Amino acid sequence: MINSHDILETIRMIDNENLDVRTITMGISLLDCIDDDIDKACKKVYDKICRSAGDLVRTGEEISKDYGIPIIHKRVSVTPIAMLAAACPTKSPVKFAKILDKAANEIGVNFVGGYSALVHKGFAQGDYALIESIPEALSVTERVCSSVNIGSTKAGINMDAVAKMGKIIRKTAELTADRDCIGAAKLVVFCNAPEDNPFMAGAFHGPGEPDCVVNVGVSGPGVVRAALAKAGDCNITDVADIVKKTAFKITRAGMLVAKEASKRLSVPFGIVDLSLAPTPAIGDSVAHILEEMGLEQCGGFGTTACLALLNDAVKKGGVMASSHVGGLSGAFIPVTEDAGMIDAARNKVLTLTKLEAMTAVCSVGLDMIAIPGDTPADVISGIIADEAAIGMVNSKTTAVRLIPAIGKSAGEELNFGGLLGQGPIMDVNMTSPAKFISRGGRIPAPMQSLKN
Amino acid sequence: MNAVITVLGKDNVGILAKVSNECAKVGVNIIEVTQSVLQGMFAMIMFVDIGECTVPFAELVDSLTEKGEEMGVKVHVMHEDIFNAMHKI
Repeated sequence: MINSHDILETIRMIDNENLDVRTITMGISLLDCIDDDIDKACKKVYDKICRSAGDLVRTGEEISKDYGIPIIHKRVSVTPIAMLAAACPTKSPVKFAKILDKAANEIGVNFVGGYSALVHKGFAQGDYALIESIPEALSVTERVCSSVNIGSTKAGINMDAVAKMGKIIRKTAELTADRDCIGAAKLVVFCNAPEDNPFMAGAFHGPGEPDCVVNVGVSGPGVVRAALAKAGDCNITDVADIVKKTAFKITRAGMLVAKEASKRLSVPFGIVDLSLAPTPAIGDSVAHILEEMGLEQCGGFGTTACLALLNDAVKKGGVMASSHVGGLSGAFIPVTEDAGMIDAARNKVLTLTKLEAMTAVCSVGLDMIAIPGDTPADVISGIIADEAAIGMVNSKTTAVRLIPAIGKSAGEELNFGGLLGQGPIMDVNMTSPAKFISRGGRIPAPMQSLKN
Repeated sequence: MNAVITVLGKDNVGILAKVSNECAKVGVNIIEVTQSVLQGMFAMIMFVDIGECTVPFAELVDSLTEKGEEMGVKVHVMHEDIFNAMHKI
């Protein structure tokens, strides 16, 4: 029989501490939709998404009701569209973006990820055209998310792509300047992008994945913070243990949802992504966990150490709770999506340089950071290169999701609303890396890549 | 197949009776009830068998949640698997 303390604890986690399953993301391969006639390809894409994920939203809602746990997002990720665009080189890939948007609207998912290209070693047919089309694609669609992988531990960093992405991020922001530059909030530049990530905006269905798969992303920063608050003045070893135990419980809930979704949708289970994903809601902040560990405010010295402990303990607790772990798995630090980070950035306690250090030990990278509208493309490329270097050398995923706030400067704010949140525009060191960025070529893969 | 009904809130007359009555109407058998009243706050945990339930589970959740709102208490109806998953290895 289940113990009543455990029952009440679960209910408290859900009611008061924002425990939820953040997303059920169905990965769908579009490799069988490739056609040299773009209209035929688009029709196949639309039909396949609607056929495979037609029941996704309803099933997610049913599971949520049965187990009493909120499932916030139901989403779809697809094969990198550059692979489809390769077959029809004379046509603009934006048509694919529009059809993805239409399919997402039809099946009721709020985001579809995979308007993507994997160019860590160079551009193949379709890649360049897709990257060029990202600003337009993100400005004419609502639900499409885009990502580009520009580096990996195995391949090094494609500096031509780094240079290009600085310009693309700027242009994407410019084309959506009337909507708080929201296009750039749906564009991620990766190093070591995982092929099974269920979280947006960086989700895509990698070419090594099966035809269709269900991945689940868990969350629960509020639950971890509450558990630490309850423990009081324990030492740091105990803090790590509390995080592990809490992460285990959170992940088990995610695993249950994943198994159930897989069964009900008759689609294989892929992975659970063990992540602490914050939202702008009060009590759902990763920064507040770090502050609960004993920091005056997130961003001060000690932050990187606390985040390293948190990130590691989340994985240790979660890994036993799920039969397959994947995706990004760790603590996210998206600035505009985290109430504690927003406050710390407003107070200038949390700076871009500190965030860069934090990305060496967190699960992703420089995420949801508003930068001044006059930041040159070269500087954005420099930020991408630095971040990719951290990922490449440490064999981890790093990413850059920056929002140039067109027409605004440091200290002003952007407000995207909803889960994308809001936040201050952060100061950027504008010293020019232009010559370095314009050299092009490829940073060779580091020694860490030679493991065979 | 078992579910757990929890009722939390300010104590008032007939909470147990009303919840039990809703269960009986749709063939939900009560296996065990534990309840306590601490400083006027009512906490009840009810294990029920939903194997013979005559309405879909979602409907049972809605009707009991609604009944709870009428009484000014918070009712959760959840499949037992969620508790087993989170608290048992």
